[in-house]
Amino acid sequence: MDILVLMKVVPDVVEELEVGPDGKSLDTSFLRTIINERDDHALEQALLLKDKHGGKVTLLTLDAPDIDDVLFTALAKGADRAVKICGVESVQSTQTAVKLFGETIAKTPGLLPVDLILTGVSAIDDLDGLMAAPIAQQLGWAYTGVVTQVALADKTATVIKEFAGGVRGEYEVPTPAVLGIQAAEKPPRYVPVAKVRAAMKSMTIETVDAPAVEAATTVEVQQMAKPQVTGHAEMIEGSPEEVADKICELLAKRGLI
Amino acid sequence: MAGNIWIVAEAWRGQVSEITFELLALGREVAGQAGAPLEAVLLGSNARELAQKLGAADSVLYADNAALADPVPENFATALAQLIKEKQPAAVLVPLTNLSVDVGVVLAAQLGVPFLNYCKDLKAEGGNLTATCVLYGGKMEAAVTASAKPAIIGILPGVRPVEQGRSDKAATVTDVAVTLAAPKVHFKRYLESEAGDVDITQKDFLVAVGRGIQTKDNLDLAEDLAATLGGAVCGSRPVIDQGWLGLSRQVGKSGMNVKPKLYVMLGISGAPEHVEGMKSSQCIIAVNTDAAAPIFNVAHYGVVGDALEITPALTEKIKAKKG
Amino acid sequence: MSTATPSADNGNGVMTLENLAKFPEGQKVYSCMQCGTCAATCPYGDDLAFPPRAIITMLEAGLIEEVFNNPGLLNCVTCYACMAKCPRGIKLTEVLLPLVKEQVFTHLKEVPAELQKALENTMRYGNPMGESPRKRALWAKSSPVPVPVIAEIKRAVDVLWFVECYPAYHPRGHDGNRATAKLFKALGIDFAILGNEEKCAGECVRMAGETGLFEMLTDANIKLMRKYKFNRIVTGGAHAYDALKHKYPAAGGDFEVHHTTPFFAQHLAQLKPKLKKKLDYTVTYHDACALGRHNGFYEEPRALLQAIPGVKLVEMNHSGVNSICCGGGGGMWLDTYYAEKGCERLSERRVKEALDTGANVLAVSCPYEISRFEDALKVAGGEKRMVVRDVVELLAEALED
Repeated sequence: MDILVLMKVVPDVVEELEVGPDGKSLDTSFLRTIINERDDHALEQALLLKDKHGGKVTLLTLDAPDIDDVLFTALAKGADRAVKICGVESVQSTQTAVKLFGETIAKTPGLLPVDLILTGVSAIDDLDGLMAAPIAQQLGWAYTGVVTQVALADKTATVIKEFAGGVRGEYEVPTPAVLGIQAAEKPPRYVPVAKVRAAMKSMTIETVDAPAVEAATTVEVQQMAKPQVTGHAEMIEGSPEEVADKICELLAKRGLI
Repeated sequence: MAGNIWIVAEAWRGQVSEITFELLALGREVAGQAGAPLEAVLLGSNARELAQKLGAADSVLYADNAALADPVPENFATALAQLIKEKQPAAVLVPLTNLSVDVGVVLAAQLGVPFLNYCKDLKAEGGNLTATCVLYGGKMEAAVTASAKPAIIGILPGVRPVEQGRSDKAATVTDVAVTLAAPKVHFKRYLESEAGDVDITQKDFLVAVGRGIQTKDNLDLAEDLAATLGGAVCGSRPVIDQGWLGLSRQVGKSGMNVKPKLYVMLGISGAPEHVEGMKSSQCIIAVNTDAAAPIFNVAHYGVVGDALEITPALTEKIKAKKG
Repeated sequence: MSTATPSADNGNGVMTLENLAKFPEGQKVYSCMQCGTCAATCPYGDDLAFPPRAIITMLEAGLIEEVFNNPGLLNCVTCYACMAKCPRGIKLTEVLLPLVKEQVFTHLKEVPAELQKALENTMRYGNPMGESPRKRALWAKSSPVPVPVIAEIKRAVDVLWFVECYPAYHPRGHDGNRATAKLFKALGIDFAILGNEEKCAGECVRMAGETGLFEMLTDANIKLMRKYKFNRIVTGGAHAYDALKHKYPAAGGDFEVHHTTPFFAQHLAQLKPKLKKKLDYTVTYHDACALGRHNGFYEEPRALLQAIPGVKLVEMNHSGVNSICCGGGGGMWLDTYYAEKGCERLSERRVKEALDTGANVLAVSCPYEISRFEDALKVAGGEKRMVVRDVVELLAEALED
C-alpha cells in the first residue's frame, strides 16, 4: 500500500497578518509560513496506514521557506521519500497549486502508482477551491473529503466522513483514490529533534522542476482588509431577564438559534 | 445579469437543513440586485414534499433519482452539472457544510471552474458578483469577484438568519430529470454520535463553566442551557480538576482546542491557559461577576453579572424562541 | 553551596549510559547500595515504575532497555530531592536521570498531548505557549520603569536581564517583571533585556527529555547573547537560572549569571533602607527546587522577606532542603497526564501545607509557581485566605511609601 501525501504551507496566523501595499494580498515582509494543519493530519493518517499495512509514504510539496525542516521532520516520523516542486514563486491560488501538483504527479516518473493520495481537506488560504477534488478529477480517481478514518483493504478504502452533530458516514472508496483529510485517527505524532537531525544526515530531499502551468483563475481579489474588531466585548446590561432577552436577540440575529 | 441565481438546497435525512434557508435569504438579496430570478435546486429521492418548503425562491427545480437517496457527493455533483449545462445559471450558491462542500468542490472540478470558498457575504453590482470571503482563519477578509460562468460559491453558515429565508408561499416546483451512472464511491451507512463521551471539538454550541459556578450542582444549569442550544458543556481546568466534568470536556492549555459557532462562558475569568483553547470561537459570550475579568477583552459580548441567575433565564428565553 | 556540572568531556567523549564508568560522577552511580532513600523521598515515588535505585539495578543487569520502554519516568519532576538525600552522594538528578529520561522520551510511543504542544510551540515560536515571538517584549510597554532592549540601545550594559517565557507572556509574570524593573531602578542598575530575540532558556524541555530541542535553544540564545556586551545575566526564572548556570557553559555560553532573589539579596544593604512601606503580611516561603536543593539558595529569599517592614515569616512543615516540589519543572506540561494516572497534583499538596501555616501570602521565586499555586489555591478553596507573590513583587511593593 503506497501513499502520496500532498502538503502545502499557509500563513502562520500566530503572527499578526498585515495587508500588503497593493491592498489585495498579504504583506510578505513579516509573513511566516507553516504547514497546513490538515496536511499534517494527512501525513499522520498516511503514517498510521503505513504502520498497519507497510508500504511507502511519499511526500510532495511546493517549495517554500523552511520547507526542508518540514520534510525532514516528516522523514524522521517515518515517511520514505520527500519531493519538493522547485522554481515556483509563492503560490497565491489553490487552483494554481492544483495544476502544479496535478501536472507533477502525472509527469514525474516514480510518483505513481500509489493506492491513495492524501491531503488536507482544506486550508485557511483556500480561496478558489480545495485541492483534493480537482486532483481526483484530473486523475480520474474516486474522491471523498472531510475524512477522519481510513481502513485499507485490497482495492478498497473504507473511510469515515464527518457530517454534523457527531453523525458520520461510512463509505467504500475504490482505490486508487484521493482523500481530503479532516483529521487523522490520532493527533500528529511528535518526533524528537535528535531524530530529525539524524534524518537530515541520512536522508535527502528530492527536487523536481515545476511544470509550466498557467496561473489563471477567474477568482480575483479586489481588496483585502482585517475584519473589524471591537477589542473589548460589547457589554450587555440589565436585569437577568433583560440580559437573557438581549442575548436571545443577538443569537437569533447571528442565526445561531 | 444573464442567468438565474441558484441556491443548492441541502436536505438531509428527510429534513431541509437550516442553512438552506440562510442561502435562500442571501440569494433573495443577490437576485434582487442582479435583477435575476432566484431558483432553488433540490436533489433527492422521494423528497418532493421538501421542495415545497423552498417558497422563498421564485422557482424550484426538483430532481428525483434513486441514486440521490444517499449522501454521495459525486451523484449530486453530476446531477447539478447536467442541470447547469442545461439551464445556464449565473451563479450557484452551495452551503459550506461537511455534507455539501464535497458536492460543491466535485461540481466545480467536473465543470473545470474554481470553487469560491469561505464566502460570508455576497452582492451583485453592475453585472458582477462580489463576495466577501473569510481568509486565514478569520484574520483577513477579502472582497473577491468571480467571473467564471457559472460562479460556484461556497457560503459559510450564518450568512443570514434562517427565518429570513423561510416563506409560507407555496413553491413553484418544476420536476427535472437527471441521468446518473453508478458512482465510484459507495455510501454504506450512517454512524450515529455516541451517547457516551462527547467530542466537544465537534460541537457547534458549547457552554463553558469555570469556578464561578461555585458548586457541582450548578452544573445542571449549564447542562440545561447546552441541551437547549443543542450543544455540550465543557469547562476550564479548575472545574475539571474538581472532577465536576470529565477530562474530555476540558478546554484550553491542558485540554481541547475548540472553535464552535457559539461559546457561552459562565464564571470563567479568562486565564490565558483557557483562552488559548477557545479564542477562535465564532461568537463568544462571557458572563462573569468581575467587570475587570480579562475574558471581556476576548469575548464578543460580555455580561457583568451572576451566571447562576442569568443562565436559567437565558435557557427559558431560548426554549420559548425555539418553540 | 553550588553543585558542579559534570564535565561534558574528560577525554572520553560525551558521557552516555554506556561509558558512565569512565567519568568520576558516572562511576559513583555504581556505588549505589540500594537503600531506597531515593524512592522514599520522591514526591511521585509510588508512581515511578523505576525509581533511581531500580534504574541502577537494571543498568547493571543490562536490562536498561526495559526502563527506556516504560513511560513511568515521566513522573520524575526533576525536583532534586533524591539527589539531595542520596547517602552515597550520587548525582542522580544531574547525571543519571537526564541520560535515562532522554532515552525514555525518545522511546515514548505517544508523547502526552499537553507536553507535545508545549514542545512544538517552543520549537516554532521559542515559547511553550505558542505566542508570537514578535510579542515577547510587549509587556515592557506596561512597565512604569523604562525597560530598554539591548539591540535598540546599542551599547554595553551591566545587567542583561533574561526575562524567560512565562514572565514574558503570562499576565501574572508581567507583575513580577514590573517589580524587577522597579528594583533595578531603585538600585541604580544599568540593565537591558534581549527583547523579541530571546528564546526559551529550554530547561523544562531538557527536563522532559527533549535534549535535542534544548540544544537548539541553547545554541540560539548563546549566539544571541554573544552579539552583545554585558557584565552579567540576571533572570527571574529559577529554571532559566539553572540552565544558564549549569548547562550553557558546556555549550559555549559561559556567562556570569544570577537569579533575581539571590541577586537582590546581595544588594540587601543598599536595598533595605529603601524598603519603607510596612507590609502587614504573614508570609510563608516556598523553596523552588532549582534554587534551593540544586543551588543552595535557602537563606537569600528569607533574608529579603525579613527585610520588609511588617512581614512575619513562618515556615511550612517541609521547607529548605525538604521542600515539596510544585510539580512544575520536569512535570511542567504533564498535569493532564498525571491527572489521568490518578496522581495527586503536587501544587495542591503544597498549598495545603502553606494554608496550614496560617500565612496570608505564599512567597515564591520561580515564575511557574505563581499560576500553579494560584490554581491550586482555587481548587483547595484557599484563594480568599492566601495570595501568591514573587519575592520581587513583595520587595517592589515595600518600595512604595
